[in-house]
Amino acid sequence: MIEGVSIQVILTFTTVLFFIGLYGFLTRTHLIGILISLELMLNSEAINFVAVNKYLHPEFLQGAVFSLFILALAAAETALALAIILQVYRRTGSVDVKEVKELKY
Amino acid sequence: MEQILFYILAGTTLVAALLTVNTAKIYRAVVYLLIALLGIAGIYFQMNYDFMGAVQLSVYAGGVMVLLVYVVMLTEKVGEPIRRIAPFRRAIAGITVLLLMGLALFAIWKFDFQTLGNDSPVTVEQVGKAMLSYERNGFVLPFEVISVLLLAVMIGAIVIAKSKIQKNTDQ
Amino acid sequence: MIWIPALPLISFLLLGLFNRYFRKEPVAGYVGVASLGTAWVLALYTAWKYFFEVGLQNGQYVPFTPFKWEWIHFTDKLSIDMGILLDPISVMMLVVVTTISFMVHIYSIGYMHGDEGFARFYAYLSLFSFSMLSLVLASNIFQIYIFWELVGVSSFLLIGYYFVKPSAIAAAKKAFIVTRFADFFFLVGILMIGYFVGTFDIETLNSEGTIAWIAQHPGPVFMGLSVVTWALILIFVGGAGKSAMFPLHIWLPDAMEGPTPVSALIHAATMVVAGVYLVARMFPLFYHVDNGFALRIVAAVGTFSALFAAIIALTQEDIKRVLAYSTMSQIGYMMMALGVSGYEGVEGLGYMAGMFHLFTHAMFKALLFLIAGVVIHAVHSNLMKDMGGLHKYMPIASWTFLIAALAISGIPPMAGFYSKDEILHAAFEYSFIIWLTGFLVAGLTAFYMFRLYFRIFHNGTREYHHRPKEDSRAMTGPLIFLAVLTLTVGWVFTPFSEYVTPTRVPFHYHIHWGSPLVLGSMAIALTGILAAYFFYYKPTEYPQKVARAFGITYKWAKDKFYMDELYLFVTKRIIFDKISKPAAWFDRNVVDGMMDALGNTTVWISNRIKGLQSGRLQEYGIYFVYGVVVLIMVFYFLNF
Repeated sequence: MIEGVSIQVILTFTTVLFFIGLYGFLTRTHLIGILISLELMLNSEAINFVAVNKYLHPEFLQGAVFSLFILALAAAETALALAIILQVYRRTGSVDVKEVKELKY
Repeated sequence: MEQILFYILAGTTLVAALLTVNTAKIYRAVVYLLIALLGIAGIYFQMNYDFMGAVQLSVYAGGVMVLLVYVVMLTEKVGEPIRRIAPFRRAIAGITVLLLMGLALFAIWKFDFQTLGNDSPVTVEQVGKAMLSYERNGFVLPFEVISVLLLAVMIGAIVIAKSKIQKNTDQ
Repeated sequence: MIWIPALPLISFLLLGLFNRYFRKEPVAGYVGVASLGTAWVLALYTAWKYFFEVGLQNGQYVPFTPFKWEWIHFTDKLSIDMGILLDPISVMMLVVVTTISFMVHIYSIGYMHGDEGFARFYAYLSLFSFSMLSLVLASNIFQIYIFWELVGVSSFLLIGYYFVKPSAIAAAKKAFIVTRFADFFFLVGILMIGYFVGTFDIETLNSEGTIAWIAQHPGPVFMGLSVVTWALILIFVGGAGKSAMFPLHIWLPDAMEGPTPVSALIHAATMVVAGVYLVARMFPLFYHVDNGFALRIVAAVGTFSALFAAIIALTQEDIKRVLAYSTMSQIGYMMMALGVSGYEGVEGLGYMAGMFHLFTHAMFKALLFLIAGVVIHAVHSNLMKDMGGLHKYMPIASWTFLIAALAISGIPPMAGFYSKDEILHAAFEYSFIIWLTGFLVAGLTAFYMFRLYFRIFHNGTREYHHRPKEDSRAMTGPLIFLAVLTLTVGWVFTPFSEYVTPTRVPFHYHIHWGSPLVLGSMAIALTGILAAYFFYYKPTEYPQKVARAFGITYKWAKDKFYMDELYLFVTKRIIFDKISKPAAWFDRNVVDGMMDALGNTTVWISNRIKGLQSGRLQEYGIYFVYGVVVLIMVFYFLNF
């Protein structure tokens, strides 16, 4: 807990961060750009968990420990996504989002 | 005092995030992301959760960033600006996002939170004990699951990213 | 007891399923003959025991129900049972059916010799025997209906036995469709009775309690007749279809397309009398309900059919057709007899005479058909113009035909005399017109029968390029046996009233040899015979002169009064064109059209919205976000 800062301020912060990430996700054309926005979203969530845990139920540890898991997960997922992006680049020579439209009707 | 620090950190993070999603050059986006992550680590430290902050710095700012930079270097002519989608579409996305954000903020500010004042710093020892404990609030199962997941991801990444095996056609 | 119908069933299954193992010809025949022979002996034994030993108790024949099994249960009283009911008429029918069937089985060994489907024929014959026997033993009217249909199926299979001939196929279809059409009314009648009275069981239906109950509860009345009367009329319609009464008779002449043993068994002696048997079975109901209104209809239809068929039979050239119309006429006699019958005591004369005529008619009509089969086999043609003077070549056939023809004309001491005379007596007591018609028909019967006899076996001499002969003992044996029966059954079993009566109480009746009725019927029969003798014993000009004298009416009679054309017109022009075609159009365009429209609309919609799946991940993200927004709005504004 941080003195002087109410929970709503922190939650506002995380919310705004999340939605910035979401905007980037929907808007970017570079595959790595999408990945970066995804990172932002995940991080905002981690802070959210920790904040709620600290402010509302400080006797438990769920939020804190869980954020560690989120972190581990995000790192793993990034690694995998980058491997895929590398393959896409090798096959098509560019990393633009329009290369991966295979699920089209 | 803490308040001002918090606001500085938060502001930096948000500005960096905005720049991340808006720049034209991919390498700059990665660097702005790094700044945002540093800001977040600072907030962790401020919340008396040192362990998390340290992990954030080492894993994210250290590992993931390096990975991203590496792949960025491997894929493109790094200096060129990337294509942007039409401004109209960007506006639509922006409005959508603002809409949902408005709803979320509305929900947050309307709710009556019961905050408890006392809190203690979360030590590494506590986290460690929680990870390995079998009792009701123990995290040994997610711990094991995460380790399996990491194994799978490692193998998966290797399999996906490896290039084609050259077949020995003659001799 | 249950072995009687079960034996033919077993032989049917055996021959039908293991057809290919019976390639060596006579084996299938022996199987059939053995099973029917055993059934015949059992039937005779049953009849002996019933009529002479255990049946008669306290002066009345008691019905036995040795076997009853409830099959489908509707309510407490209403259920479809499978059972066996033994009473005088069913035992009598057992004897008739097994005897004729046994004779036909033996005969067919000779007649069907060399035919490809020998085993198949015997399988069908066994199926028919099984169904007919189960029909007469039925204790429940629904059970009668089930075996009724089965008999129709067997008839279809047997008429269409030569299934490579289009005329045979058409005839089989016609028989089945006409009888099926009649059976629809039969079923409705059964359902009406079952619903209204509350039971399907025959003994219960015929009991005095039920009849009293019906008298007290007339139920809804339609056009002046109560429910039960209508049901009985509908049941009679079903019987009329099976027994080839006017106007449902059109299938019987065409059914002659089948092999001659089939005609002998089914269309002379057994299946076509199923309708008569049905009326006799339900006789107490027919007599008592609504003062016997239904019975009057039975009498009218029977009388008219008898006359109608006799007139047509005068003009036909194909010997099997003549015999078919003769059958129709004789069955008309039986229906007429039942129709004019009373109930108690001597008044039950008509019933008794009708059943006796059924008994005797089976013998001599089967005999006539079997002889026709022998003749056709020898001459290789059905038409009378190809025959003549066969007396010296085929003496056995000739003498047995003479015996049978005398029987059907009603000359004593043949069986036919007794039964026909008793029918005429009962008719005379009832109504002069019916008696007069019967009287005339007796004369016509004698005439056309002897026309047939003289033209086949006499009519001068004739040279055949290969000599016709009676070759097989299998074929002539049954002829002789049936002829003996025809000679003796008449005076042996008179008075038949000792055995079969409506109330099951035997009464005594004997022929009044001197009465004008008896002398009159003998006289008109002799007149018919003499007329035929003059016309046909030697080739003469008389037939053509008389035919020309009758002019257009002769042509009408020869063309069977255009009944077939009428039916074809109704079905083709009216039903097919006006009803079926529009119905088919409706089905194709509207019903199927709706289904197709449903399918096409779905495809059209999907073509329009498939653009939503563009493959672009970010678009999906936007849809996702929008979806969340909408959901939140919905939950917030509707639930709080």
